[in-house]
Amino acid sequence: MKKTYKIDVDCANCANKMENAAKNTEGVKDASVNFMMLKMNVEFEEGADPKEVMKKVLKNCKRVESDCEIFL
Amino acid sequence: MEGDDAVSRKQKKNLVRIIIASVLMVAFIFVPVSGIWRLLLFLVPYLVVGYDILIKAFKGIIHLQPFDECFLMSVATIGAIVVGMMGDGDYVEAVAVMLFYQVGEWFQSYAVGKSRKSISSLMDIRPDHANVEKDGEIEETDPDEVAVGTVIVVRPGERIPIDGVITEGSSSLNTSALTGESLPKDVMVGDEVISGCVNMTGVLRIRTTKEFGESTVSRILDLVENASSRKSRSENFISRFARYYTPAVVFSALALALLPPFITMLCGGAARWGLWIYRALTFLVISCPCALVISIPLSFFAGIGGAGREGVLVKGSNCLEALAGTDTVVFDKTGTLTKGVFEVVAIHPDSVDSNTLLHLAAHVERYSSHPIAASLRAAYSFELDDCEINDVREISGQGVTASVNGETVAVGNSRLMESVGAVIQKCPHDHVGTVIHVAKNGVYLGHIEISDVVKPTSSQAIAELRRAGVTRTVMLTGDSAAAAEKVSKELGIDEVHSGLLPEDKVSRVEDLIGAKKGKGLTAFVGDGINDAPVLTVADVGIAMGALGSDAAIEAADVVLMDDDPLKISKAMRIARKCMAIVRENIWFSLGVKAACLVLGALGLANMWTAVIADVGVMIAAVLNAIRALFVKKL
Repeated sequence: MKKTYKIDVDCANCANKMENAAKNTEGVKDASVNFMMLKMNVEFEEGADPKEVMKKVLKNCKRVESDCEIFL
Repeated sequence: MEGDDAVSRKQKKNLVRIIIASVLMVAFIFVPVSGIWRLLLFLVPYLVVGYDILIKAFKGIIHLQPFDECFLMSVATIGAIVVGMMGDGDYVEAVAVMLFYQVGEWFQSYAVGKSRKSISSLMDIRPDHANVEKDGEIEETDPDEVAVGTVIVVRPGERIPIDGVITEGSSSLNTSALTGESLPKDVMVGDEVISGCVNMTGVLRIRTTKEFGESTVSRILDLVENASSRKSRSENFISRFARYYTPAVVFSALALALLPPFITMLCGGAARWGLWIYRALTFLVISCPCALVISIPLSFFAGIGGAGREGVLVKGSNCLEALAGTDTVVFDKTGTLTKGVFEVVAIHPDSVDSNTLLHLAAHVERYSSHPIAASLRAAYSFELDDCEINDVREISGQGVTASVNGETVAVGNSRLMESVGAVIQKCPHDHVGTVIHVAKNGVYLGHIEISDVVKPTSSQAIAELRRAGVTRTVMLTGDSAAAAEKVSKELGIDEVHSGLLPEDKVSRVEDLIGAKKGKGLTAFVGDGINDAPVLTVADVGIAMGALGSDAAIEAADVVLMDDDPLKISKAMRIARKCMAIVRENIWFSLGVKAACLVLGALGLANMWTAVIADVGVMIAAVLNAIRALFVKKL
């Protein structure tokens, strides 16, 4: 399953960091962050609950980039 | 600029912080205190402008992600304060460095926000409502909720929200948002219209044939919005670069602070710690990689946005990069270089005049749905006159016979002529197209040549491609060698492979790519019908006029919204310009950085020049990136 979320982040490098953090989150098959559109596309693992997974994604992103935001 | 919209709340807040801090800093320079009081005084503007940076750097360290710009800036400025405490009590520098850094950040976020806005407004073809007629009343509805087959009303000045067929009214449509083509397109009842066009003159009623999500507009928006998720090698290079760069710089700075003093100490000289630590801090300030990190994705984003405006949809930065590196272009013939519809190209009558010949042929083909019949009818515009046509018989694989005003006319190939007993006269002309013979009452009258004609811009397109740096052009076709040869000569194409089945085309393109020497890439251009596999195989798959074909859109890297072959060279020039800008930015920022790093290490640049160089390079790189958006004149 794929979903798109609106995000807010200040710089392109921070967006890269968010992308990596999201990719390495459990339950996420693949993720990409589009800095220019301020969007995050997340592909979930089969059977994963997007809501639960996205909470973890947000936490991981906050860890690498403290003032990023994902609008869930 | 509309003030409120152009500057976000966060930006406003930061601007206020910058202004307060700079006023305080300048004012405090003239306050005659010294020692600890002076330090406390200058800490006020320092914290006002830099508190978020310090917090972020601190958080980064806690999360074991210490090496980022905030960390660099915090270490450099805190270091400068410590040097000031130990030395002459000059804290202006630390505040100023933080201040300039924030000015740079502010400008960057402003520029990005601005270009984000201008590019998305460029592509803003999303219709916000559809007018659905209910019991004679027009109701504004969310296009998402309109079912297939609903009749929608589009008034002049409105955008067609959903693909459909016109059931009432006629108008001209402005398709420029989709195709970049400024000439309006006239449409009437029965015509299919695609969403995204602006209705210009008359009220149209349209029966929708697709859901909103499947309509052209949604599909284009989807492509464009997801374009920059496919990253180019340059972008990947930058993100890899940034990962190693900052730690490398931090350790070099550390070495610069520690090694020279140690070595001088060992050699018996004075260590001069302050000097070397200061140089190391300068080194840190210079090293911020922001110019690179921001300008590369911005260039691609602008390039893709600019291309979209010209009717060229590029599916990702990687596609743009590949397109720029293309030196071989392979074309499908039918529908790409030629119109893909038959037209009468020659009439060679034997015993009657050419008008009569065409007249008879068109009559006989009146009821046939064969493409050849359509071309004959199109060539003779007075077909629906009062001649009497009876007894039409289609003979499969041969042609059609009918009685026209009581006389039996046969229109078809040589086998049909044989079976009606007409003797074909030798023709002095060469024919490469399909030849249609006509006989009346068993007597040969002459023949008509029908062939697929090249698009008016094809030959110019090939020339333009050459000028854009393509060294080899190849045409693939399922047609006969003679027909292929003729077209390729006319257009000036280097190489032709004829008589190919669709699967042969795939292997031909594979061969071409395999046999290639050097770095140039191979692009394949097709009209999206039957050639999706070839589009996938090529380094760059270009589908033209393919908005209708899902398979082609899925398979292609670049989608041309109309079927004008001139767009190929345009797309290529857009890609080249964008890549040139990317390269300029990489070399320019790296070059200036490297020069400043050397100067800083040698002590020829102080922290002021360092931070000004940093902000300056970033501004220049961002402005340069925006240039990629302007592609109209390419």
